[in-house]
Amino acid sequence: MAYTEDDLKKELETQEYEYGFYTNIESDTFPKGLNEDIVRAISKKKNEPEWMTEWRLDAFRIWESMKEPEWANVRYEKPDFQAISYYSAPKKADPNKTMDDVDPELLEMYKKLGISVDEQKRLQNVAVDIVVDSVSVATTFQKTLAEKGIIFMPISEAIQEHPELVKKYMGTVVPKTDNFYAALNSAVFTDGSFCYIPKGVKCPMELSTYFRINEGGTGQFERTLVVADESSYVSYLEGCTAPSRDENQLHAAVVELIAMDDAEIKYSTVQNWFPGNKEGKGGVYNFVTKRGLCEKNSKISWTQVETGSAVTWKYPSCILKGNNSVGEFYSIAVTNNFQQADTGTKMIHLGKNTKSTIISKGISAGKSQNSYRGLVQIGSRAENARNFSQCDSLLMGNECGAHTFPYIEAKNKSAQIEHEATTSKIGEDQIFYCNQRGIDTEKAIALIVNGFSKEVLNKLPMEFAVEAQKLLEISLEGSVG
Amino acid sequence: MLKINNLHAQVEDKEILRGINLEVKAGEVHAIMGPNGSGKSTLASVIAGKEEFEVTEGSVELDGEDLEEVAPEERAHKGVFLSFQYPVEIPGVSVTNFMKTAINESRKARGLEDMPAKDMLKMIREKSELLEIDRKFLSRSLNEGFSGGEKKRNEIFQMAMLEPKVAILDETDSGLDIDALRIVANGVNKLKSKENAVIVITHYQRLLDYIVPDFVHVLHNGKIVKSGGKELAMELEEKGYDWIKNEAVV
Repeated sequence: MAYTEDDLKKELETQEYEYGFYTNIESDTFPKGLNEDIVRAISKKKNEPEWMTEWRLDAFRIWESMKEPEWANVRYEKPDFQAISYYSAPKKADPNKTMDDVDPELLEMYKKLGISVDEQKRLQNVAVDIVVDSVSVATTFQKTLAEKGIIFMPISEAIQEHPELVKKYMGTVVPKTDNFYAALNSAVFTDGSFCYIPKGVKCPMELSTYFRINEGGTGQFERTLVVADESSYVSYLEGCTAPSRDENQLHAAVVELIAMDDAEIKYSTVQNWFPGNKEGKGGVYNFVTKRGLCEKNSKISWTQVETGSAVTWKYPSCILKGNNSVGEFYSIAVTNNFQQADTGTKMIHLGKNTKSTIISKGISAGKSQNSYRGLVQIGSRAENARNFSQCDSLLMGNECGAHTFPYIEAKNKSAQIEHEATTSKIGEDQIFYCNQRGIDTEKAIALIVNGFSKEVLNKLPMEFAVEAQKLLEISLEGSVG
Repeated sequence: MLKINNLHAQVEDKEILRGINLEVKAGEVHAIMGPNGSGKSTLASVIAGKEEFEVTEGSVELDGEDLEEVAPEERAHKGVFLSFQYPVEIPGVSVTNFMKTAINESRKARGLEDMPAKDMLKMIREKSELLEIDRKFLSRSLNEGFSGGEKKRNEIFQMAMLEPKVAILDETDSGLDIDALRIVANGVNKLKSKENAVIVITHYQRLLDYIVPDFVHVLHNGKIVKSGGKELAMELEEKGYDWIKNEAVV
């Protein structure tokens, strides 16, 4: 992945959202609207067992009784849930998914997105599951992984092939009743990835899911479930893009992670949904519930680079249930133009000697609003729990906003909690200093932003760190002078 | 090399430079002295192209080219270097990374490929030795937590790396103890050649013991009121700036 200055220059010249294209694939799309029949129809389409259908219907009834949350520091027109189609699938996605008979249009789309599905020419050491609209269309390396007993497949397949695992774990970390969007997702989720790492196995490659919304008028509701059995290790990455559209599209995902005793899960996200245009029209509403459960001596580490979406509402969290478990949250959230982000984490310390670290870097430009919201909760039995939080905000220009909402609830006197926060502005002096050394303003901003984000960028798997760095630069282009 | 003709500049309607004339030829060292507020730093900023300052009259020429429409980064590419009086911090960006970016941007402007990593490392090693800079220092964030002396030494290290045609040292001596002053001055002397020129802006004669100027100019109220050889600096040290101020009134 040699990345030259020329590449950067070329990218800086493309002012528009790079992934904004739409691929004309024949789709099988459900009529708009949501009711019990639609929920049943999704379940039927997926050929699901009875228990799954019932689970969905239960979630739907819960959702109907709930109200959309209002507490986040974001303003947007509430989606009309009856104006969304809840299922859309590329027609020619072959259920057996041998690469030979995949729709050439789909292959073309992967190419444009820069995803290699050809295992020979693969991105080194990364197994990919690709979800377009409501279905998974390709999963690579399943065989190699199966040899180690690792299950990595679309969740719809897992429901068929490993119902006992799915049934046992789904909804245990994010219950159907958790919140409005989680309930909605539980009722209508269509695909996503399932991953199980057996006892003592270190997953030999990065597992990755690539989410793509393609069809208009649809929403994407995927569900990811990662179970790392005792003493296992997995690193997982998800990426997201969508076409540029005038309308707002809804993405309401649920991700559940379970790290059993002595296990470790590293979960990284590079979120680049369409952010809307410069006037703030269109863009994806990204309302996501992500949570991990840590058993004894285990560790869950969330790393996210959030550059896309018109509105983001997302708090990847850790329940530190087991003694000595560790939760980490590393986040870079960039907002430009009219984007709004309300993101952060919850670290729930229940076990003894539990530790959590929160590093949040918010970068706001244009007329955007960027909020960090975090909760550190220490339970009464969590002896010697420790937390360190650091929230840094970087502002560009005079019309954007950065906000920090840290909440701390400690019920055990032995807790040690540290919170640091800084706000800075990219100064004209910094830019002039770079200019004087021969670095133009656009490049200077990229340099300053990368420096600001370094602690978090360093946490990403190497293969994606360069990608993420590039993305930061593109997201902020044109944001100064 | 650098020619300044009747330069007037203002910031927010306040005129600071009121007709500066100065010619600096290749191989020369010029010292610009003067009391606080006389316009020394403004002159440096205007030559470097800081937009905050508006040039209302006159011109700055480099090798016969009027720089008025030339952006600050392009001036840098053409060989203008400013050692800042107050270097800014850029957290998370190492000295090495910053220099690598700066050098490659300049090379790109000249149609050259990036400098191969091997050459870059060699150059960094040589230049850091020249300024007696510890290699560990180079991996630290640019100017973050640097002492005053470290900041100034780092400025001259950058000058050594970028090999400019015209280097302006804006109060590089302030904040330096005597040892650091000697190291910095030695570095500058070694970088001096027949092809480049140095403009030293300073309050005190101290630095000029080490970097010996060919010409000394005294700036007062936005104008050069007196020029001479290095002995002028001595005279100033002895008589103080009041002497110049009084003379200017007369």
